Amino acid sequence: MGQDYLTLAMFVLVGLLFSAAAVAASNLLSPSAPSAAKSSTYECGSLPIGSPWVQFRVGYYVYALLFLVFDIETVFLYPWALAFNRMGVSILFAMAIFVFILLVGLVYAWKEGALEWR
Amino acid sequence: MSGFVGGLIWGLAAGTLIAIAALFGVWWERKVAGRIQMRIGPQTTGPAGILQTIADTLKLILKEDITPDQADVRVFRLAPLVVFVPVAMSFSVIPFAAGFAPLDTSVGMLFFLAVPALSVIGILLGGWSSRNTYATIGAIRAAAQMISYELPRALAVLSLVVLAGSIRPLDVMAAWSPWWIIATAPGFIVYFIASIAEVNRGPFDIPEAESELVAGYFADYSGIRWSIFMMAEYGGMVAASLFGAAVFLGGWNWLPGIGGILVFVALTLALVTAMVWVKWTYPRLRADQLMSFAWKIMTPAAIVQLVVVAVIAPWL
Repeated sequence: MGQDYLTLAMFVLVGLLFSAAAVAASNLLSPSAPSAAKSSTYECGSLPIGSPWVQFRVGYYVYALLFLVFDIETVFLYPWALAFNRMGVSILFAMAIFVFILLVGLVYAWKEGALEWR
Repeated sequence: MSGFVGGLIWGLAAGTLIAIAALFGVWWERKVAGRIQMRIGPQTTGPAGILQTIADTLKLILKEDITPDQADVRVFRLAPLVVFVPVAMSFSVIPFAAGFAPLDTSVGMLFFLAVPALSVIGILLGGWSSRNTYATIGAIRAAAQMISYELPRALAVLSLVVLAGSIRPLDVMAAWSPWWIIATAPGFIVYFIASIAEVNRGPFDIPEAESELVAGYFADYSGIRWSIFMMAEYGGMVAASLFGAAVFLGGWNWLPGIGGILVFVALTLALVTAMVWVKWTYPRLRADQLMSFAWKIMTPAAIVQLVVVAVIAPWL
């Protein structure tokens, strides 16, 4: 078990070192001649007007809520899938009810227009 | 101690694999794209232009590393790493050969779906810290897209878990039979499409659309930091192809020994080529089409696939 974490830690370390080494090599080899025009925010050559942190449509928030519901559903489905072979037909009906309730939710969101981009 | 050495070796092997995948992937993509557009593609740097990507990499390393004045410097510089590391981690659970995965964990299938999804945090950080309207819009679109396509992808893989009765990739591979390809064909298509959307590749590349958002969340990145984003994209593409070729298409189960590995590599290459093919022949989807496609077609299709598999599982 501990070995598993060690292996994973090595993958993280290699990922970090790999990108850090690339950045370090670049910093050693590349020129550095900053100027006001170069380090201004890129907007196709024109100067940015107003705050760059624009307001977002509320639609993103609705998608986030929907995602939360269905992602938790998916996480609940994984233990079900694991127990599937051992538990027989009864578990199929149990999950059918669970999925049905969630599908009603999706259909409701659909009918309410939560999935439309207005 | 052996665990440490083993971990180090497999970690380094994965790093090398991602580097090779990125180098080869970019060249392969440009070659295939060239043929699709009736061009030859790269051809002057080395035989058949194979050294083109190495030349490009050198150029990117030699480019100036620009951080915009307005940017939140620490977050801006860290974001590419936060995108790249989860992709490197996702290589650890792929069953590369019979009875072997670098990280043989009992929750491997879930790990492969959950960990690359962490990249979305890096994308949000990068886009937000750039203090650039294009980057901010691109980041928020990318986040919405990645979480939406996460669902059908996880549900499609769930069909395999039902069939195998395990979420350990090696167990799934051991239980695999050729009939699964027919039984999970719609699930595989959903997985494939969602994987393209997960790595923000065309036709699902509205978050980084050059012609609309001037490259979206990495609009203000240049040189090496930009190329780390691109490496993460190619790494993610190869990881998704490796995983799909293994658990959906059987991978090395087709032939014993070294022949199986060759079949696995060939299947992976076929999937990578298909991803390139899709990117260069389909027009880019609009943001709203993208979201409604995920929620109205992909997710219901994956649920139907799951129900069908659950019903027919006892006979397979």
